[in-house]
Amino acid sequence: MDLTIDLSGLKLKNPTILAAGILGTSAASLKRVAQHGAGAVVTKSIGASPREGHPGPVLVKTERGFLNAMGLPNPSYHEFVRELETVKGDVPVIASIFGSNAKEFEEVALGLSKARPDAFELNLSCPHAKGYGATLGTDPLKVKEIIKSVKSVVDVPVWAKLPPVANIVELGLAAQEGGADAVVVINTIPAMGIDIESGCPILGNKVGGLSGAAIKPVALRCVYELCATLSIDVIGVGGISTWKDAVEFIMAGASAVEIGSAVHDDINVFRNVSKGITQFLEKRQCSLEDIRGVAQK
Amino acid sequence: MMPINARITKIVDETPSTKTFFLDLTLDSKSGQFVMAWIRGVDEIPMSLSYPNAITVQKVGDATSALFKLKKGDSIGVRGPIGNGFTLSGKSILLIAGGVGAAPLAPLAEAARDEKIRVKTLLGAKTGDELLFVKRFRGAGEIQTATDDGSKGHKGPVTGLLDELDLQDYDQIYSCGPEKMMGKVLEMAKDENMVPKTQFSLQRYIKCGMGICGTCCIDPSGLRVCVDGPVFSGDILVDSEFGRYARDASGRKMKL
Repeated sequence: MDLTIDLSGLKLKNPTILAAGILGTSAASLKRVAQHGAGAVVTKSIGASPREGHPGPVLVKTERGFLNAMGLPNPSYHEFVRELETVKGDVPVIASIFGSNAKEFEEVALGLSKARPDAFELNLSCPHAKGYGATLGTDPLKVKEIIKSVKSVVDVPVWAKLPPVANIVELGLAAQEGGADAVVVINTIPAMGIDIESGCPILGNKVGGLSGAAIKPVALRCVYELCATLSIDVIGVGGISTWKDAVEFIMAGASAVEIGSAVHDDINVFRNVSKGITQFLEKRQCSLEDIRGVAQK
Repeated sequence: MMPINARITKIVDETPSTKTFFLDLTLDSKSGQFVMAWIRGVDEIPMSLSYPNAITVQKVGDATSALFKLKKGDSIGVRGPIGNGFTLSGKSILLIAGGVGAAPLAPLAEAARDEKIRVKTLLGAKTGDELLFVKRFRGAGEIQTATDDGSKGHKGPVTGLLDELDLQDYDQIYSCGPEKMMGKVLEMAKDENMVPKTQFSLQRYIKCGMGICGTCCIDPSGLRVCVDGPVFSGDILVDSEFGRYARDASGRKMKL
């Protein structure tokens, strides 16, 4: 069974992609995930200057999903460009970048371009780093402006990772008008937890984002509505841990899926999801294209 | 997992720079495993278990300084045990500990003694009064010490004591301490073709402690120190970043 896809001009051997922020700080780690079956890998979000991130706890597993507030730790593009140069090879590598405005996004994209990433994913959706991510990504005008800026300085596909908002279609259209080659939805959902022994918020940053199985229905709705309206590729992310989850997203119209938190249970999740999709398609004697977007009909 | 509330039941001053915090919580753990200790309002940091119900901490930064201010009856949050821990094997083992690296090795020495394994420990520190868990190691077998200032035992690095030993006498070699020191142990093991019989406990910046964030991944294997380690066989560490560099909180490489 052929699971190969063309995603915004990139050729992927299967539709599972490592999500940004997960195991993406070093080339060695990204390569390891590729060896475990990912069709492409997205790096940790990289910015203009080094950031240590928020104090801990930065990630806790609750009964209903993972809460995180990493705080965009990254070594800056100056340092990461050398790391990125050495990842290339096995599968497409997408550089996730963030900035506080269009100029800064441009600076980071240009800085990393020397390492020839296969695409850029713009982080317009991190919910817990003031002045970055969702602060910009919830404003359709800013979304459009930032994508346009980055598109003007790079010659590879640009994906826009958007936050889960009620009017997701408005954001998606802004991204498409800005020239995005794909949109990626969703990032974590703003959330928090409280330690009842002490009354302290459980995350060092107090508030953060929720990921894991709990957010899958939210992500699916965003993908479904975007696929009904946009002409560019939609990549689904949020709570995917099994092949059934992935099939749901593809039936909603997603071109591919990103997987993040599920590496906690099994780093082989990419291979397992691909295997499951293959078996599902073989049983039905159909192709990936045949099931894509069937829920839209 | 969510942090479990743990009350401090006893604080022992082990050396001028280290204290052991006993908790009202006994973890079903293996020597070499660690916990994420949450000092509320400050930070969450990885700490080796020196007993099933205690962590031994050296004051090095904000979080450990805040922990040092806590008193009996205060509480911290604990996630764990985390990681693989040491694997005991053979009839005669050698432990090489440097500084607070003695913390995860002391329970290993005692577990080995309980299984009638012969234990020899080489324990090093900057000064004589910084030698950690001397009594525990002596109680588990034979011990030799080394100090940088020569105030107790051999003067110089603890690896200097290895020159007088025949590594072939041991079935397994375990080490935890400053990475330069462990790097030297690996070099010496290499010369003796003993690499597959070595186990090292690594210290890296650990943030999530769940194998998700990737902060602690090592080159070139990409293995995660928090869940694939913190104990690695020398085989995995040969020709790696081990002994040469590590990454800081932002992911930048730092020379060791």
